[in-house]
Amino acid sequence: MNLAILKTPRGIYNSILILLCIFMPLIAPAIEQEFFTDVFARIMIVTIAAISLNLIMGYGGMISFGHAVFIGLGGYAVGIFASHGIESAYIQWPVGILVSGIFALIIGAISLRTRGVYFIMITLAFAQMIYFLSVSIEKYGSDDGLTIDARSDFGIPFFDLNDAMTMYYTVFVLMAGCLYLSYRIINSRFGRVMRAAKSNDERMHTIGYPTFGYKLTAFVIAGMMGGLSGLLSANFEDFVSPDMMFWTVSGELIFMVVLGGMGTIMGPLGGAIIFLFLSEVLSNITEAWHLIFGPFLILVVLFARGGVEGFFAKFEKRDD
Amino acid sequence: MNYVLLAEQFFNGFQLGIILFLVAAGLTLIFGIMDLVNLAHGTLYMFGAFFAATFVLLTDSLILGMIIALPVMLVAGILLELTVLRTLYERNHLDQVLATFGLIIFFNEFFLIAWGPEGTGINLPPYLSGIILLPGGITVPEYRMVIIVSGLLVALFLYLLVSKTRIGMLIRAGASNREMVGALGINIKLLFTLVFGLGAVLAGFAGMIITPITQAESGMGESILILAFVVIVIGGIGSIKGAFIAAILTGLIDTMGRSFIDVALLQIMNAVAAETAGPAISSMLIYILMAVILAIKPSGLFPPKGA
Repeated sequence: MNLAILKTPRGIYNSILILLCIFMPLIAPAIEQEFFTDVFARIMIVTIAAISLNLIMGYGGMISFGHAVFIGLGGYAVGIFASHGIESAYIQWPVGILVSGIFALIIGAISLRTRGVYFIMITLAFAQMIYFLSVSIEKYGSDDGLTIDARSDFGIPFFDLNDAMTMYYTVFVLMAGCLYLSYRIINSRFGRVMRAAKSNDERMHTIGYPTFGYKLTAFVIAGMMGGLSGLLSANFEDFVSPDMMFWTVSGELIFMVVLGGMGTIMGPLGGAIIFLFLSEVLSNITEAWHLIFGPFLILVVLFARGGVEGFFAKFEKRDD
Repeated sequence: MNYVLLAEQFFNGFQLGIILFLVAAGLTLIFGIMDLVNLAHGTLYMFGAFFAATFVLLTDSLILGMIIALPVMLVAGILLELTVLRTLYERNHLDQVLATFGLIIFFNEFFLIAWGPEGTGINLPPYLSGIILLPGGITVPEYRMVIIVSGLLVALFLYLLVSKTRIGMLIRAGASNREMVGALGINIKLLFTLVFGLGAVLAGFAGMIITPITQAESGMGESILILAFVVIVIGGIGSIKGAFIAAILTGLIDTMGRSFIDVALLQIMNAVAAETAGPAISSMLIYILMAVILAIKPSGLFPPKGA
């Protein structure tokens, strides 16, 4: 990788984002805002889901309005196993990721046959289906959700998710891994086919690429990554509930991706940081922060296309 | 199987279907003609509920209150179109989804602050709170019958409007080819505003007539919106006929499923298992229906011609 990129405004901005994630457990106590560490852990967990959404939406053009469902599926994998006393991560995690992947395969196979607005509505509807399913099963807490008594057990000495620092850096490493994975996917042959299908699906068909399979594969990868975010969220909060996959969460994920800069590798992280900090700050100012947030969202959509990354990208061109 | 209960649940399901149709008809028209994904359509339903509750309280008359609320709904819809939604027609679907999501967040919070989390309601006057006795011992609440009949009348009106009038002709033409209608010298902006106003009135009317049964409360629009999405996906986006058939189908299956699926499951499994599986399956029923229909016909039951 060319290190000169780090000297551009965009490179500096992205480096700051990563450095904030790495050093927040030191910065937070230093500025006497200890809760920032927790906020950042949450940010990084949400970022994993946003990265996966960016993969299919930003690079593949698939606007999934039901992406939070994968967070829910991953979360409930931990919650349900834990409620039966099965705490081994080697059962919880593969099952959580696999279930998310299988569900993505099913709804992807149905909804990718349709296009555009159908896709938005169908992903939303299927996500609501799982939401209502989780509400209807009393055995696993219905509306109230499930409290998780013990975090996933990896059975490795000195690696215990109950330890706050272990948890934080596990989340960080996994998020960084997902960022790297998305970078590798986007720049692979597979990723180029996906991006080309976004810009002109018919052309790709004509030159002999069965784009359906490529899109479905991307959708399944994104679903599994969303499941990972849910596994981490359940472990971090010690709690799962239907709320984590309510449709508004899916809407917020889309907004984070757009705010950070859709179709850029680091966009989801920047978007998640700004979004969660903004909601934290606004909700401290007034209980009715949605009154400000709603119009802000509309203004971002109408006037700030390209998000933060897009803003810095414009900056770069002027430098040239 | 208890046939009286079956018949009563049929009326409940039909009533849900009517409400769904009123919301879905506007949604499918607005999408079919303006190519606009309007998540805030459920917000218009909520508007209707709160306007009706307010005016019924002020006038102390259910009918007068609702008659006043209808033109107010039209004005509200047109204002919303002129201020925000008009700028979105040229944007892509993602922008439309996000901006209208922003509208939902704003208005839900607004009504939450203005009326509190319990919201507000409408009491039925005595002349509407009776019960109709049908042959065979079937009873239907009078007001439920009012909803069904008025919904069917609106459906008939909509059918006549779309198929017999000049405006309807333009609406149909707009749904199959927007640019061509504009090229023929029709004021397409005005047509869009009118169609949006019509959709707002339909959704608002649904919100009004349901309020005496449920409540006017913040967030009520979104549960109906997502069902309306299912309806228009099943019916075929842009088709009013499709919306009607799919709405009735969805209303009946959802209601019947909730009442009878555990009874049906008892035939094949034990009581404990049926009690657990019953609610789970019935909550998923309409989505499974949607999946099956999409697997067979990816553009819904009645895809509009030329689209």
